[in-house]
Amino acid sequence: MSLWYLMLLPLVGAAAIFVGKSSVSKWIALGVSTVVFVISIVMAIQFAPIWGTSLDGFTSHVPWLNKLGVTLDLGVDSVAMMLVLLTTLLTPLCVLGSFSAITFRVKEYYAWLLILETAMVGVFAAQDIILFYVSFELTLVPMFFLIAIYGGKNRAHASIKFFIYTFTGSLFTLAGLLYVAWTYKETHLYDTWSFAIHDLAKFASTDLSATEQGWILLALLSGFAVKIPVFPVHTWLPLAHTEAPTAGSVILAGVLLKLGTFGVYRFVLPMVPEAVVAYAPMIAVLAIIGILYAALICWVQDDIKKLVAYSSVSHLGFCVLGLIALNPIGLEGAVLYMINHGLSTGALFFLIGMMYERYHSRDMNAIGGLAKTMPVWSFLMVFFVLASVGLPGLNGFVSEFMCLLGTFSASASNATWPGVLGPEYAAISAIGMVLAAMYLLIMVGKIVFGKVRIPENYEPHPTLPTDLSKREIGILVPLAALCLWIGVQPTVLTDAMQGSVEEVLSPYPAIVQQDVPTETQRIEVKDATDG
Amino acid sequence: MANTLWFLIPELILLTGTVVCAIGGLSNKAAIRRNIGFIACVFLAASCISVPFVYTAEHVASSNSLMPNLGGYVKFFAALIGILLVMTSGGLMDRKYEHAIASGKDTFDTLRSSAGEYHALLLLSITGLMLICEASDLIWMFLALELVSLPTYVMVAMSRWAKVGQEAAMKYFFLGAISAGLMLYGFAFLYGATGTFEFHAMADAFADQNDAGGISTFGQIGLILALVGLCYKIAAAPMHLYAPDVYQGAASAVTAFLAFVPKAAGFIAIIMLLSLVGWEGGLPKSVEMMLWVVAVLTMILGNIGALLQTSTKRMLGYSSIAHSGYMLIGIIAGPPLGLIAVMVYLVIYGATNTAAFSTLACLQRNGESVDSLEDISGLVKRSPALAASFAISCGSLLGIPPLFGFWGKLMLFTVGVSAGQLPLVLVAAISSAISAWYYLRLIGLALLAPLTARSEQVSPVLRWPLIATILGAIIAVGGPVTLNALTTDASIAVHVSE
Repeated sequence: MSLWYLMLLPLVGAAAIFVGKSSVSKWIALGVSTVVFVISIVMAIQFAPIWGTSLDGFTSHVPWLNKLGVTLDLGVDSVAMMLVLLTTLLTPLCVLGSFSAITFRVKEYYAWLLILETAMVGVFAAQDIILFYVSFELTLVPMFFLIAIYGGKNRAHASIKFFIYTFTGSLFTLAGLLYVAWTYKETHLYDTWSFAIHDLAKFASTDLSATEQGWILLALLSGFAVKIPVFPVHTWLPLAHTEAPTAGSVILAGVLLKLGTFGVYRFVLPMVPEAVVAYAPMIAVLAIIGILYAALICWVQDDIKKLVAYSSVSHLGFCVLGLIALNPIGLEGAVLYMINHGLSTGALFFLIGMMYERYHSRDMNAIGGLAKTMPVWSFLMVFFVLASVGLPGLNGFVSEFMCLLGTFSASASNATWPGVLGPEYAAISAIGMVLAAMYLLIMVGKIVFGKVRIPENYEPHPTLPTDLSKREIGILVPLAALCLWIGVQPTVLTDAMQGSVEEVLSPYPAIVQQDVPTETQRIEVKDATDG
Repeated sequence: MANTLWFLIPELILLTGTVVCAIGGLSNKAAIRRNIGFIACVFLAASCISVPFVYTAEHVASSNSLMPNLGGYVKFFAALIGILLVMTSGGLMDRKYEHAIASGKDTFDTLRSSAGEYHALLLLSITGLMLICEASDLIWMFLALELVSLPTYVMVAMSRWAKVGQEAAMKYFFLGAISAGLMLYGFAFLYGATGTFEFHAMADAFADQNDAGGISTFGQIGLILALVGLCYKIAAAPMHLYAPDVYQGAASAVTAFLAFVPKAAGFIAIIMLLSLVGWEGGLPKSVEMMLWVVAVLTMILGNIGALLQTSTKRMLGYSSIAHSGYMLIGIIAGPPLGLIAVMVYLVIYGATNTAAFSTLACLQRNGESVDSLEDISGLVKRSPALAASFAISCGSLLGIPPLFGFWGKLMLFTVGVSAGQLPLVLVAAISSAISAWYYLRLIGLALLAPLTARSEQVSPVLRWPLIATILGAIIAVGGPVTLNALTTDASIAVHVSE
């Protein structure tokens, strides 16, 4: 098995869809994406010896552009493998979830979804910076068309804003990465360039000065922060989410936002540790502003899709905090958060889409009391909202708690993993959890419970039943099962990613200690001067 | 001499083609007249095929030009893209007239037919582009450059008999004459600085001056003036002002031609001129500074200009200005990687830009050529293949990975960084980001926008430009596969003989 199957099969499927009739395109898409998912499961089993270690699996080396040293190298560590699995899981569900919603330009739709899958897997699997960048940018094109063709009223504006924000940001990321690659070549006096991620990361973290690292951090973040999104460059996200079709929102929240946090994990943390230590408090402040500000915006939303979209901004703030806590608990929590957010928010977008298909409205003042008319839907809605809020026993709790715990203990006095954040950061951001519970539960209260309210011009959907159909339940049940499983047994995942996470964090304790003397050192210094 | 003639075989083939087209266009037989474009393509293909046989290792070894392999690369791709350009012009000349003759409403009059002349001029201009590569002195280079430009003045004028076409031709001609004058003035200074027109001797003289402490002031003035003149050919700021007007005034097929052939000629001439001085010890500070300013201005003005347009042709015209700016990064970075990047980019740009313009060439609104942005609104409903190809070529021009244009831009960015020109690369990155706005607008109009009252009257009429657009899109998608071979060829091409 090889990662190439995961990348090429969807492309073959997309080509087949273009050639085939439009009536079969959804079946082709479903078939191909299911096969890809099965392959990825088989790969996950074959991955067994690597889970928990810091090694890369399924590595393949394909030289390509020799003059520039660009290769098509692939390989995944355990974190990337998990995100690949998340991608291959969500894609067939998205295909299944679009069966009744997409009624025009059907062929294109499913072809774009499959191309998107290729690009997303490419981002996680790339071992070469250029290949990473190509995949990273390639995700924009299918998403642009998914929003611009199948989106809501304001789709043109939303799609262009989405494209330009991300495209502009990542151009600077490219410039920063090229600069690293160039200094690598110059320092080693190599004749050709090399874009191998691991080599460059190792080089940049040790040979670049703190100032250079600072600039590179800025360049990298200008691409990744837009994607995550971190306050104040988050403004494209609510718009894109609100206008996108259901499957587009699911992919956007489930995987595309994770490309940003994965970029931080893959590039920022290993490449520029000194700059991360220096600027982590600033990034944390931005993340906390994002958490609180977006949560407050959620509170006043009437459109539930917009509410969930803003809640993504708020939730991803916790993920960023975990990433820069610089200790394994925080980082494991952040990675787990990426997966959990993909599952629960993805499911929420599915649910909202299913409701919208029936009522053509997402206004929580116009719709209410669905527990009486749509009991199955309501049950699942409450379930995923609780997962998202962080009810102990479900997945959201574990990752949110780990991120906060990581942030809390990330002070300089921590003996094994000193960090630059601390209890005060955790305390303030924890307010975000309270707010999340408030706005999500208020939403549930209005939509699910209370008196039955339906929009005035409501007409029953011609084909869909009042409550969820078997197909729709089939989409949500696997997600719910995973939420429950991760909630009960998070250690399976955290143990599996431990090796990779600790490898990424290995240079940090020394750097933090050098920057901020720990308590014991201070006492030693004091003793020395006194003595 | 015999050796020089040997390398001119591709040009001689085209010259023969020129004569055949000119005479064939006056033939009494309608079959010959109508297939004049096909004849031109045959000669271009023959010229293209001849290149590998002409530029064999043993012949190249005995060549005495500065970059002995340059011709092999340039001529091959000039002929290939030439074929694309001829296809773009399919149906441009005499279409209505030939229809009238075929239906017996009119009789054939040699004075009123112009298809033969048009194709003859087109081939002549490409011949000029090829000849530049074989230049061994400044006189030859100047003559070759003018051979590129003079036919284009006529082509602009004859492509549309409307007033705008004539206006465009006049503007183009007079400004072109001024720029040629500037360039000649610069050449005179260069002669003054070195005492010779011959390239090898000039390179030696400049090398001596470099050893003695730097290029003389005369030499620097000469270089700058010559470069300013050449900036006109590549439509770089501040000599770009004619471009939008002329590009809009000419028929779309001719615009595609103007945006590639003179530009390629200009870049090759710049590379040859600067290689006389050499990048090894660094270009003279004044020259580098000038190129730097020109590059920055060109990228910014080109992209911002494009942003403000309501005419598709002007928008694409400004975008082609911006692309000159990107390529100047490669020139500043210098050999070998910088020049390789320019060479590769020229080919990529040539194919995809031609495809974008030939979309417009294919369309007609009530028998008139199309221009405004609204005309391409909802193109996908008229012709999905055309709209998709147009979108792909715009995407490639914008540099969306993994299309061909992205790799060209990546190479230019990379060489820019490696030449220590990080600020220049950042400017290029910002202006690329600006360009995303208008390219997306074009893509959005073609693929996503609804038909409007105006664009309902637009239909894809001409067959050959349609095929050219689709071919261009195929190149934009499939091109990256050939990238390795292309860079290898380009690196051989810009290798300077000892």
